[in-house]
Order: sequence, then structure tokens, then C-alpha cells
Amino acid sequence: MIEFKNLHKNFGKLVVLNNLDLSISEGGIFAILGPNGSGKTTLIKCLLGMVIPQKGEITYKDKSVLGKWDYRNDLNYLPQIANFPPNLTVQELIEMVKNLRPKQANEKDLIKLFGLNDSLQKKLGNLSGGTKQKVNIVLTFMFDSNLIILDEPTNGLDPIALINLKELIQKEKEKGKTILITTHIMSFVDEMANEIVFILDGKIYFKGSVDALKEKTNNSNLEHAIANLISKQYA
Amino acid sequence: MRNYLFLFSLFCITILQAKQIEVCKSCSISTIKKAVEIAEDGDEIFIKKGIYKENDIEINKSLIIFGEEGTILDGTNKGSVLHISVDNFVIRSLKIINVVVSYTKDYAAIKVVRSNNFTIENIVLDEVFFGVLIEKSHNGKVLNNKISSTSKDEANSGNGIHIWHSSNMEVSGNEVYGMRDGVYFEFVTDSKIHNNLSHNNIRYGLHFMFSNNDTYFNNEFVNNGAGVAVMFSKFISMYQNKFTHNWGSASYGLLLKEIYDTQIYNNIFEENTIGIKGEGCTRINYKNNTFIRNGWAIKIAGACYGNIFEQNDFMHNSLDLAYNTQVNDNRFESNYWSEYTGYDLDKNGIGDIPYRPVKLFSYIVNQTPEALVLLRSLFVDIINFSEKVSPVFTPDDLMDKKPIMKRIND
Amino acid sequence: MLKILKYSFYDLMRSRWSYVYFLFYLILGFVLLFLNNDVNKAVITLMNIIIVLTPLIGTIFGVMYYYNSREFTELLLAQPINRKKIFMGQYIGISISLTLSLVLGLGIPFVLYGLFKSAAIFNFGLLLVVGSFLNFIFVALSYNIALSTENKIKGFGFAILMWLFLAVIYDGAFLISLVMFDEYPLDKFSLIATMFNPIDLSRILILLKLDISALLGYTGAVFRKFFGTNLGMVLSMSILVLWVLIPVIRINLKLRKKDF
Repeated sequence: MIEFKNLHKNFGKLVVLNNLDLSISEGGIFAILGPNGSGKTTLIKCLLGMVIPQKGEITYKDKSVLGKWDYRNDLNYLPQIANFPPNLTVQELIEMVKNLRPKQANEKDLIKLFGLNDSLQKKLGNLSGGTKQKVNIVLTFMFDSNLIILDEPTNGLDPIALINLKELIQKEKEKGKTILITTHIMSFVDEMANEIVFILDGKIYFKGSVDALKEKTNNSNLEHAIANLISKQYA
Repeated sequence: MRNYLFLFSLFCITILQAKQIEVCKSCSISTIKKAVEIAEDGDEIFIKKGIYKENDIEINKSLIIFGEEGTILDGTNKGSVLHISVDNFVIRSLKIINVVVSYTKDYAAIKVVRSNNFTIENIVLDEVFFGVLIEKSHNGKVLNNKISSTSKDEANSGNGIHIWHSSNMEVSGNEVYGMRDGVYFEFVTDSKIHNNLSHNNIRYGLHFMFSNNDTYFNNEFVNNGAGVAVMFSKFISMYQNKFTHNWGSASYGLLLKEIYDTQIYNNIFEENTIGIKGEGCTRINYKNNTFIRNGWAIKIAGACYGNIFEQNDFMHNSLDLAYNTQVNDNRFESNYWSEYTGYDLDKNGIGDIPYRPVKLFSYIVNQTPEALVLLRSLFVDIINFSEKVSPVFTPDDLMDKKPIMKRIND
Repeated sequence: MLKILKYSFYDLMRSRWSYVYFLFYLILGFVLLFLNNDVNKAVITLMNIIIVLTPLIGTIFGVMYYYNSREFTELLLAQPINRKKIFMGQYIGISISLTLSLVLGLGIPFVLYGLFKSAAIFNFGLLLVVGSFLNFIFVALSYNIALSTENKIKGFGFAILMWLFLAVIYDGAFLISLVMFDEYPLDKFSLIATMFNPIDLSRILILLKLDISALLGYTGAVFRKFFGTNLGMVLSMSILVLWVLIPVIRINLKLRKKDF
């Protein structure tokens, strides 16, 4: 469904994506992993159109996305740090995002699920980090889109919310959605991901199922398997 | 003895028999020249309405010449119209038009030479070169006339009321516009100019030279090319005049050049490029004048001694004072300055700290006129402030030690 | 774009700083009018304040809003909206809310004072127009700086420097060069130098109304023509418009290549 071809991006002298090729098929949960600064976020931002690559091509459903914006209507994104305009209330923010997308939204269930009913009239500036993340999640999941991109979705969530989030992701997966996740929590990956994309030095170092990775590194523990991959880079 | 008696009775008869001669197009006397010819001293000539195309009418008899509504003397752009060289005459209620412009001769609508005791009143002059031109005459009155033209430049235009080498003249109630100078005085003494309106003249509203002991009051000078110039004169009084909207790079409300012992009070200077420009002025008292929104309220250039400025209002002028010489013994005291930022803690109506009317910026603009574009910029405020704190360039002793807190001449 | 504009505007309209700014002008207006009782003097003082303060506030608000809403901007960027619209919406939202603070803050005391009966209404109106222009110009300029500078502190520093340069240093250099090159005809130079600084240009625009008597004392022919006719007014206004348009165009060009 998504194709990255020969993607190249550098910030000044720092090469972040180095002629990267990747294709992601429709359906399933893809965990994008890699050490800090390996280009995970940049890759996602390229797909979102926030970072503009120097070279290469990205297609979504066989259409180029570079310089376009309407394809984003079929895509939900959960950003890493949730920081909203402090003077808007939660309700207003939700209304605003709904307003911006010409799509049906079902925020009611999600609000209930994450217990945000009491916070709806509060200003975003007064919310705790965890609550903001919940709002962030509501904003992401309230639309029905084929592609869902989650950047560090577990940040600051309490255990109940975490369970809710996992259920939510599973449900979406069952609907046949494609879900991209970046995270450093390996248990989360182990539990959720169908496939792992491991990025190192701006290239795809590994792509395959969790089991395949474990097999490749001769390690039954995913965390160690990943550590193993990363340490190779430092070696 | 009998001879004398005869002459006297003849004189009496002449007076008693003073007759009125009517001039009109269908009358037996149809030209003014003809009327003057047959008239004798003391006669009246009544010119009925109609257009009389005549010029260079010589009047050498003491006559009263008057017209009515619609009496027009058309000079047809050939020379002067009335030329008077006799004592005791009156000219009243006429309209005179079309006096030709000349580069060599001073053609005028009414030209008076060597005359005593005369009155020129209620005359309308239009499209004239010079309006009323008076030379070497005394005890004359020029009252309630309206003089105008459509002059384009100084070289080919004349003055509205031009008086030369005369004394005891009264110029009052006239309106003059579109001329070179509205009123021109040269070597005229002991005279009064009052209640005139002089506006939109190419050069000066009033031009005044070598004329001592004169008074002018209640006049209004608006929108003249260069305002009013008073030069090389002594013992002048100017009061209750208004000087407004005299705009231009060489324009002032009032230019004073080489003036001595003069009183200037109760005048209003409003929106002139320079309110008063003084050059070589000595012993002049400026009192109770109001300066509103002029570019420079006062600009002093060179050799001014013993001038006293007191009880004047300086309101919102771009620059209050420009000064490029020694302060000499000129004094500023007890004026109101709208720019004053001091305080009056003892509530006696006098500011507790002195006011310095010369800013560093006005010093700079004197040196570099182009710097004027930076007027009211923050940078200029900053340097003005630092100069105020410790004066370096501006005269140290130039200040008003008793600035008044409220308007004085409201 | 209108939606973004609306939300940025609401967001700012509820911010404490907008109120502070609004109250500042409100109090200033009341103090100037009711303690002074002299509309002319009030207009002159206001001019000094507007010329200096509006650009400063515009600059600070612009930079602050950009950096503070960066994450939110990212959220918007992931929505199906054109980038340009997001930023133009924000830009116009800030500018309008600042302008509203200015116009209402000063307008209310002046209206209460009976401005409509006063002859100063045109001068006052011109002040507000110029102030609004300065808002739009300086928010645009500060957005340019913020877009080009990732580091928040640096961006803030540059923005303040830009203000300082245009408000003070520029005029200082201008004045020094006028004094230094005294013997050359500086007529055109002055005019052009004025055009290149929006603060100077606004100042001249107001001077054309307030200090025309002084300006007409200017000897240069070019300047006299400029000041003496409506040409000056029309030309200055259109250059102010350019001063808004050029930074806005640059924002849009910058956006094409900008990574978030």
C-alpha cells in the first residue's frame, strides 16, 4: 500500500535517510524500530509530508504523495509530543479537528473509553501530560482511515489507558487497517506487531516478522534481539 | 483788494456750483476722459453702469469719481487705467479690469503720484498687473477694496497695494489675492495697516521695507508663497494678526530682517513652515503670541540682540526653536510649551525645572536639512533625551526658567 | 484557511497577553485623553508609541506564537490541509487579533471622548491604519525569522534584533550618513532610505498629516513633490502594502522546502 523508493534526506551534513527503499502492504501492524536518530521519525514525517525529501518517491495507494495533501484524509497520525493551544478546551479542539476533516467521526465512545468526559470543558493548558496523550489518542482514532501512524503512543499512559489503547489498536487491525507504530517499548511490539521494520543509518536493516527477527539474531527475547541488532551498529 | 474779493467770490461760486457729471453709454458724455476734461475741481463724476474700454485716464483735478453696481472700466490690456496726480480726490465703487503685464513699466489699475488727502474705496480690481500704486503721497486712505489677479510667477506679476515713499497712509479692510505681494510698503512712515485679508499671493502677503513707525493689526495672512516679510525698519507694532498656512521651503509666517525696537503681541501663527524667522533683530518684544503646529515656531539666524519672548504659547510645533548663533541676550521666560515634560510640585503654575526649547535634533537639522525626514523617530528621541540630560551641542544657557504649566492665551 | 484563522484567532483572543495588550491601549487612551484634554497632543504621543510599540509587540507575538504552537502545527500538518493554508491562517489570525486589540483599545476611549466631533478624527484614523499595517508587517517578518530558525532562543533573539535594527539602529545609521555626506544631494537617498524601513515609512505617513508644515520646509525638489501632493500618501500606502506582501510571499516560498 505504501512504497518508499530511493528515499534520501539529509539535514545539512547529517544524512538521515540514505536511499531507503521500503514497501508496506495493506493490513497489519508494522513496528518501525531503530536506535535513536536512525531516521524513524523522519521516515514517518516524509510519509506525512512534513519533511520534504531531497530525492526519491513515496506513493500511497499507487499515487505519489509528495507535495500533495488530500491523501492525508485517509490517514490518522498520533504525534509524539502532544502540545495543543493552551487556550482552547478539549471539546473545542475535538470540534476543530472534526471541522478540518470532511469525515464522519465517532469521538463519543473514545471519550467515554478514556474517561475524558469530565475534562471536556477544561482548557488544554491545564491538562496533565497523560490526559493530553489521551486527548491525542481520541483525536487520532476518532476517524475511520485506512492508515494509522502512531509515534510513541504509550507515552505517559496509565495501565488502564494502555490496555484500552492496545484493544483499540487490535480492533483497528481486525478491520483490516494498516498501522505503523514507532516505540521503544519492546513488550508492546512483541505483543502487537505483525512485522518489524528495523532502520539503521537511514537504511532498512531488517524487515520481517517478530519470529523471523528472533531467529535471525538467535535470541528468543525480542528486547535482546533488538539490542543485538543495535550493538552491531556500534561495533 | 477788489481783485482778491473777486477771486474769493469766484472760488465760492465754484464750490457752491460743484456739479455732478453723469457718464453713460447713451449720455452726451459717454467716456470718462471726456467727463474729466469738462469737469472742474470739486465736481463729481458719476459713471453709470456699463463697460468703458478706456485707459490712461489722466486725472488732474480734485474730483469725486464714483460708479454703481455694474460700472466696469476695462483697461483692455493696454497700459494703466486711472492715473491721478492731484490732491483731494475720492474714487469709489468702481470695478477695473484687465491691466496689461509689463516687464518695463509699472502699469496699475489706479496709479497715484504726489497726492495728498485722498480716498480710494470699494473698488474691485480684477486681472490687473499692479492694483493700487501710490508714490510720494500723504494722508491717503485705501479702504475696503478687493484686488485680485491670477498671477503665475513673480516675474510677471505686480503688487496689490503698492505704496512707496509716502506717509500717514491707512490701508484697511482690503482683500488681496493672486498678486505678487498683497501689500507692499517701501519708505512709508506713520501708517496703519489693519483688518486686511491677504491670501494666496505668489510672494508675500505683506512686504514691508524701510518703513518706520508703522502699525499693523487685525490682519490675516493666509497661504502666501512666502508669508510676510518685514525688513529694515524700526518702531513697528504688530498685534492681533493671524499668520496661517504659509508653507514652503522659504516660507514663514513672519520674516523679520534688520528690525529694531518693535512690539509683536497677541498674534497667532498657525501651521506655517516657520512661524517667525528672525535675522538681525534687536530689542523686540514678543508677548502673548500663540504658535500652533508650525514646523519651526521660531528660527533665529544671526545677530539678534535683546529679544524678549514672554507669555507666548508654543503648541505642538514640530520644533519649537532653531538657533544657530550665540544666545546673546535674548530671553525666554514664562512661556507655555506643550512639549514641556516637567512637573509643578509646589502648584504655583510654574514648572519646577527649566525647559530647553532647542533640541539636539533642531541643531542637526540646521546643519543637515535632509535630516528632517527623521523627525519624531525613536532614535531622534533618544539623542534628544541624552542632549537634554547633558547639553553638548545646544546653547547651555538657552532655556525658559519659568515654563508655565497651562496655556496662557487661550 | 478560514477555519485555521478562526481557531488561531480564538486561541489568541483568549490568551492573557491579548488582554494585557488590549488593556494597555485602553488605559493609555484614557490617560492621554482624560488627563490631558488635548486631542492633538494625544495623537502625537500615540504616534510615538504606535511607531515603536506595535512593531515590537507584533514581532514578539509572532515569534512566540510560532514556537509555542509548533507541536500543534504538526498536528495540523498531518491533517488533510494545505501547508500554506495552515500558516496563512495562523498569520492572519495573529495579525487580526493584535490589530483588534489596538483598534478597540484605542478606539473606545477616543469614541467616548467624542472623537467623531473632533477634527482629529482623520489623524487618529490614519494612526490606526498605520498601526494595523505595522502589525501585519511585523508578524510576517517575525514568522519569517521563526521559520528560518529552529532554535527558539535564537529565533527570539533575531526577532528582537530585527526590531531594534528597524526601530533605532537604522535611523541612527541613516542620520549619520546624512550628516557625513552633507555636501552631496541627499534628496533621493533619503526618500529611498525611508521606503526601505516600514517603521520610517509609517512615521513619514503620519508626519504628512501632523507635521506637514515642517516637511514642506524641505529644500529638495523630489521631497517637496512627494510631500506636497497626494502622491506621497498614495505611494507610501502602496509601499506599506508591499511590505506586507513580500514577507508573506517569502513565508510561502520558505514553506515549500521547510521540514517539521
